[in-house]
Amino acid sequence: MNTMETAAPYAKLHTKGLNLYYGQKHALKGIDLDMKAYKVTALIGPSGCGKSTFLRSLNRMNDLIENVRIEGSVFVDNVDVYNKKVDEVQLRKKVGMIFQKSNPFPKSIYDNVAYGPRIHGLRDKAKMDELVERSLRQAALWDEVKDELKKSAFALSGGQQQRLCIARALAVEPEVLLMDEPASALDPIATAKIEELIWELKSTYTIVIVTHNMQQAARVSDYTAFFYMGKVVEFDFTERIFTQPKEKQTEDYVTGRFG
Amino acid sequence: MMRAKNLLGKAVVTFTGACAFVAVAAVVWIMGTIVWGGHRSITWAFLTQAPSNGMTEGGIFPAIVGTFMLVLIMSLVGVPVGTITAVYLSEYVDRQSKVAQIIRFAVNTLAGIPAIVFGLFGLGFFVNFTGKGMDHLFSPTGTLHWAQPNILWASLTLALLTLPVVIVSVEEAIKTVPRDLREASLALGVTKWQTIWRVVLPNSMGGILTGAILAVSRGAGEVAPILFTGAAYFLPHLPKSVSDQFMELGYHLYIMTTQSTDVEKTLPIQYATTLVLLMLTFALNFSAIFMRYRLRKRRVFA
Amino acid sequence: MPSDSKSIDPGSDAAVPVPAESPAGSLPGGRPVSVLTPKPSEPNMSANISESASGKVPDAESPANPRPGSGNRRVLTMGKPLRLGELAIEKSIQGVAFVSLLFITLIFIFIFKEAIPLFGSGINKAESHATVEASETYGEDAAAPSKPEAPELAQKASHFTPAELGGKTWQPVSLDPKFGLLPLFLGSLKVTLIALLIAGPMGIFAALYTSNFAPMWAREGMKPVIEILAGFPSVVIGFFALVIMASVLQNLFGFEYRLNAFVGGVAMALAVVPIIYTVSEDALAAVPKVMTEASLALGATKWETALFVILPSATPGIFAALILGFGRAFGETMIVLMATGNAALFTPHIFEPVRTLSATIGAEMAEVVFGDIHYRVLFFVGALLFIISFGLNATAEFFVRTRLMKRFKGA
Repeated sequence: MNTMETAAPYAKLHTKGLNLYYGQKHALKGIDLDMKAYKVTALIGPSGCGKSTFLRSLNRMNDLIENVRIEGSVFVDNVDVYNKKVDEVQLRKKVGMIFQKSNPFPKSIYDNVAYGPRIHGLRDKAKMDELVERSLRQAALWDEVKDELKKSAFALSGGQQQRLCIARALAVEPEVLLMDEPASALDPIATAKIEELIWELKSTYTIVIVTHNMQQAARVSDYTAFFYMGKVVEFDFTERIFTQPKEKQTEDYVTGRFG
Repeated sequence: MMRAKNLLGKAVVTFTGACAFVAVAAVVWIMGTIVWGGHRSITWAFLTQAPSNGMTEGGIFPAIVGTFMLVLIMSLVGVPVGTITAVYLSEYVDRQSKVAQIIRFAVNTLAGIPAIVFGLFGLGFFVNFTGKGMDHLFSPTGTLHWAQPNILWASLTLALLTLPVVIVSVEEAIKTVPRDLREASLALGVTKWQTIWRVVLPNSMGGILTGAILAVSRGAGEVAPILFTGAAYFLPHLPKSVSDQFMELGYHLYIMTTQSTDVEKTLPIQYATTLVLLMLTFALNFSAIFMRYRLRKRRVFA
Repeated sequence: MPSDSKSIDPGSDAAVPVPAESPAGSLPGGRPVSVLTPKPSEPNMSANISESASGKVPDAESPANPRPGSGNRRVLTMGKPLRLGELAIEKSIQGVAFVSLLFITLIFIFIFKEAIPLFGSGINKAESHATVEASETYGEDAAAPSKPEAPELAQKASHFTPAELGGKTWQPVSLDPKFGLLPLFLGSLKVTLIALLIAGPMGIFAALYTSNFAPMWAREGMKPVIEILAGFPSVVIGFFALVIMASVLQNLFGFEYRLNAFVGGVAMALAVVPIIYTVSEDALAAVPKVMTEASLALGATKWETALFVILPSATPGIFAALILGFGRAFGETMIVLMATGNAALFTPHIFEPVRTLSATIGAEMAEVVFGDIHYRVLFFVGALLFIISFGLNATAEFFVRTRLMKRFKGA
């Protein structure tokens, strides 16, 4: 895949016996999964299979939802993030998230990107400018917006807004990016841009992406986990999942027989 | 059969329509009468002069100033408290939790208490209890300073009365802030309070303002709570500190219509005072309605 | 702070060398990478990986060596940072949020506190004299300045027993003061009922009209106008009733006293209509569309649906609207103060002047002597109003919450 192949990837994130309940509903059933550093791990499966829920439990976004109960562990760099002593705010700084629907703040492009660093204490204007530019460049948006940074984020197209959200997440310098169907609302061209971006970002970040689109999973990811009914049915190299799946259910799903 | 049914249907529609029409007509009647009776008396002098000749002549300037100061102090206290309560209810506690239900119950109860009871409370708590306590503390000689009706106590009483208005309005606005935005901020490792401060509150500004305006409009129109907490018949000068009494438009109107020495002679003044009061509350209500309309539109399209 | 980072895994060793600087300070992304804490390789861990179920990749590559240059740039610290500011803010917000609750309690306490001495003597009539005097002393303690009235007070006090409150005469200022609340209670009831009889049907039918029958333009026009009525200060309605409406109604009905319960009731109806209208409209609008559509699909006309399906479904809400209207009318002060004539008569006639509970407080509180019986009786009246409004609101809420919701949620 790339030159880093020889070195064994270590599991930047891994979960152990992760169970999640929405009230009575058992949404995640004992998930054990490794997500390797500097790799893209795709989570696929039919809707309602728990893949987004799983993603949101990696940076404790499910804490915000009422009636959610979580058992088991999620390790980020071998620290259990559900340990009472772990601060979810710091966790989220380290594990950034991109949402399904682009959700820029009703502010200017610049202020969107600067939002996180500013709150985290960056006051220096020159450094901020530099950070904003770097983040926008990383998100492959800089060339399109560099002359209109003061414009409202809502003036951007859907695909640009999503890349702005990526830039915004990058600006707080996370190590992991969680992407929840980042391209599902976008047209094919914008989707291609996002995929290209993911490919570039993985040299610097550990990426976990939820996707509905199997071609997308095949294109961007190194590993793929197939979720079904709150369980991981199969987890393997992406090539293998799509070419020689071990499980019948996986095969049925990736060949489009259900889902 | 069919024809009888159609006829009955027409009758139902006409009757209910008439009810609606009567309600609307009543509004038009009141407004028409007051505008007709008052518009000629509203002059620059009327708005800028003090009453004279035993309140049978002159203007209503002190009452306007008094009303303004009253609602200003009221908002300075009530709006922050109401906003914070709304933030607490919508951001910090579960809707279904005991705490939320208890506070909500308290707010609803507060909204239902008659205005005159607030007046009694203002007298019993602010004037006779807090005021007296302050006098004991600050002036051991026993002179009455705070233990008397004044504009501060009246404002605080009104702030309490209008608190539910602010809370409801701000809560409604906070609800329109999309969950997405909150999550976007939290996912950047921003704390809860910072998210509220940088994302939720700026995006609820319209609702906070609407709440403030509605509260002011309500406060400017309530007379019962200030009857014995600070309003005065007549004062030769404007209030100079929060421990002074004050004149107020609604109270002034009440006094002029019921205790005036010459009711017939002051009728134009009464009309004009009513008109000023009505215009004031209308202007406030209209801007609140307009802002709320914009807020709702945002919720639909955002 | 590597020292803070405690690895969960038992296999990890605390004595892992910490490179001062990342060998791969510049990753392909071109981003400078800050200080690294190495991720220790963990044999136990990797053993687990190969053994465990579906969740682990069968890794052909050499076992869990940290990739060159990889590692933690920012270690998740165990131990929450103490965000003092955040904590202080949260606690302050919580504190402020309880202000409403605090003041409800204070209102309850302070209204009742002033009224309760009246009942100090209630149990034993023989002791009434002494107890009331004692309570007066207490009152005077709180009201230091009013010494001169003491002898007079004592005299009044000797006459008073709580049973007097049930009397039919309200004559608080006289040589032989009488504190019978019945006429006031009756007055409030008369005005309120008249107001409800007018505003109830009017508000409910107007709501039915605008929510079901009215053409678009009428709805858009009428709704805000009726709602504007809610914004009318009650003094303005009182003024209008006193100056205009009283005369108009007198000409129409030919009653003797210009200001009376009826005039007050009609004026009060103006204040109550918007409440009944708004709450009813909400209740009507809350009737699920499927119910309406089902009825229409069965061939019922629009008005039949409105009258026989929508209106009955919304009854709990409409009932709540009437209760709220009742509460508002019962406690409203300025309108009755200005438009009812304020004579505490104990008669059933609606065209005679009345004095309501609320108006009594409004008219007399400013003139009473702090701490005397009259003062306490007025607070007792306030306590009554408090309890009544409290009860009415609780009932209304009960109807909306439980009945209406249950009905629509099909429980």
